[in-house]
Amino acid sequence: MTALHASGLGKRYRQRWALSDCSLQIPAGRVAGLVGPNGAGKSTLLNLAVGLLAPDAGTVTVLDGQPGSGPAQLAKVGFVAQDTPVYAGLSVADHLRLGGHLNPGWDAAYAQRRIEHLSLDPAQKAGKLSGGQKAQLALTLALAKRPRLLILDEPVASLDPLARREFLSDLMAAVAEHEVSVILSSHLVSDLERVCDYLVVLAASRVQIAGDVDALIASHHRLIGPRRDPATLPSDQLVIQGSHTDRQSTLIVQTRHPVLDPAWTVEQLNLEDLVLAYMSQAANGHDRARPVLEVQR
Amino acid sequence: MIEFHLDTRSGVAPYLQLIHQVRHALRLDLLREGEQLPTVKEVSAALAINPNTVLKAYRELEYQQLVAARPGRGTFVTGTLDGPLLAAQEPLRRELVRWLGKARRSGLDEESIEALFLATFRSTASSEEDIA
Repeated sequence: MTALHASGLGKRYRQRWALSDCSLQIPAGRVAGLVGPNGAGKSTLLNLAVGLLAPDAGTVTVLDGQPGSGPAQLAKVGFVAQDTPVYAGLSVADHLRLGGHLNPGWDAAYAQRRIEHLSLDPAQKAGKLSGGQKAQLALTLALAKRPRLLILDEPVASLDPLARREFLSDLMAAVAEHEVSVILSSHLVSDLERVCDYLVVLAASRVQIAGDVDALIASHHRLIGPRRDPATLPSDQLVIQGSHTDRQSTLIVQTRHPVLDPAWTVEQLNLEDLVLAYMSQAANGHDRARPVLEVQR
Repeated sequence: MIEFHLDTRSGVAPYLQLIHQVRHALRLDLLREGEQLPTVKEVSAALAINPNTVLKAYRELEYQQLVAARPGRGTFVTGTLDGPLLAAQEPLRRELVRWLGKARRSGLDEESIEALFLATFRSTASSEEDIA
């Protein structure tokens, strides 16, 4: 079972392709992180996955169904759009009642428990909640419909570090408890590092790399050694990024095999290095525009 | 009960950090046979970390026969890492103290001593292929 399966997927706004030739298979049961600079096509991909947008090329299926194809498909997927929107004029209790009316599988007891756990006042208007509380309310609504897949678009981008941590902590508890699959996007690699076990790097409207996080980390290395032409490397070593001084070369390579050449000092990459390498590769390949990646620690 | 923490700057994969922390606690006798590890949900929520990461660490510890999962009840410590190891530590420590004194008297500063120790440690560790 795949959570999301895209094949040649593309979306065009007037003349500009926001997403092009996107082929992806995100397995179910994962927490998949979608990372890339602003404007890379993350929201477009997620909106296609929930059926809010229709593709201009290719196909996308979500949990073996077509996005937006009917009530059964809608019930399977929980979606929290960018900036975790809530109805400012409705109270917290109104939101829960609305959720109960609109979702056949609504778990009222769970929603109630979560609101109490968060110490939210049911009578409070949602417009008066803090950013963190709004995000938690939106997450509550998405979880209480008991979806099999949760899609979150930049859920923590606007939150302070504490609210961000609390949100991700609650999300991970829900994943452990309900075994829900998750796809979430972020332009902050540090948000994804702990929570994701699957990573998709999207840049310049294309998928740069996708895969299991541990497998990605294990198959990428930084090689530091005497200056060398990357073309002379063994054929199983694919250079993602390289920089050279007069005497030294520093390369980021992808390879399935151990690097045995003693001339190299081999270092492990962390997720952030890896993402940055692919994003700068994309930027160099496409009119040399530099991606805007915010790195927060 | 053990409480886990994560060092995101260390570059060590989170599941390995969890494994190291359990092994470390066993070695220092902070965790004993029969004691329960926190549930996957508790660890996920406490560290805001993917449940699969915790599961992976627990499975690896099971494979090392240090813990066992009891369905519906949790994961419990079944093995120990003390014994001869612990007994051998004190004489080794005394030797190390003597060696450190010798290094300082030879004029090495703290940084050089650390570099020498780490370089030697790494070169012998990689040749003996016994890390965990």
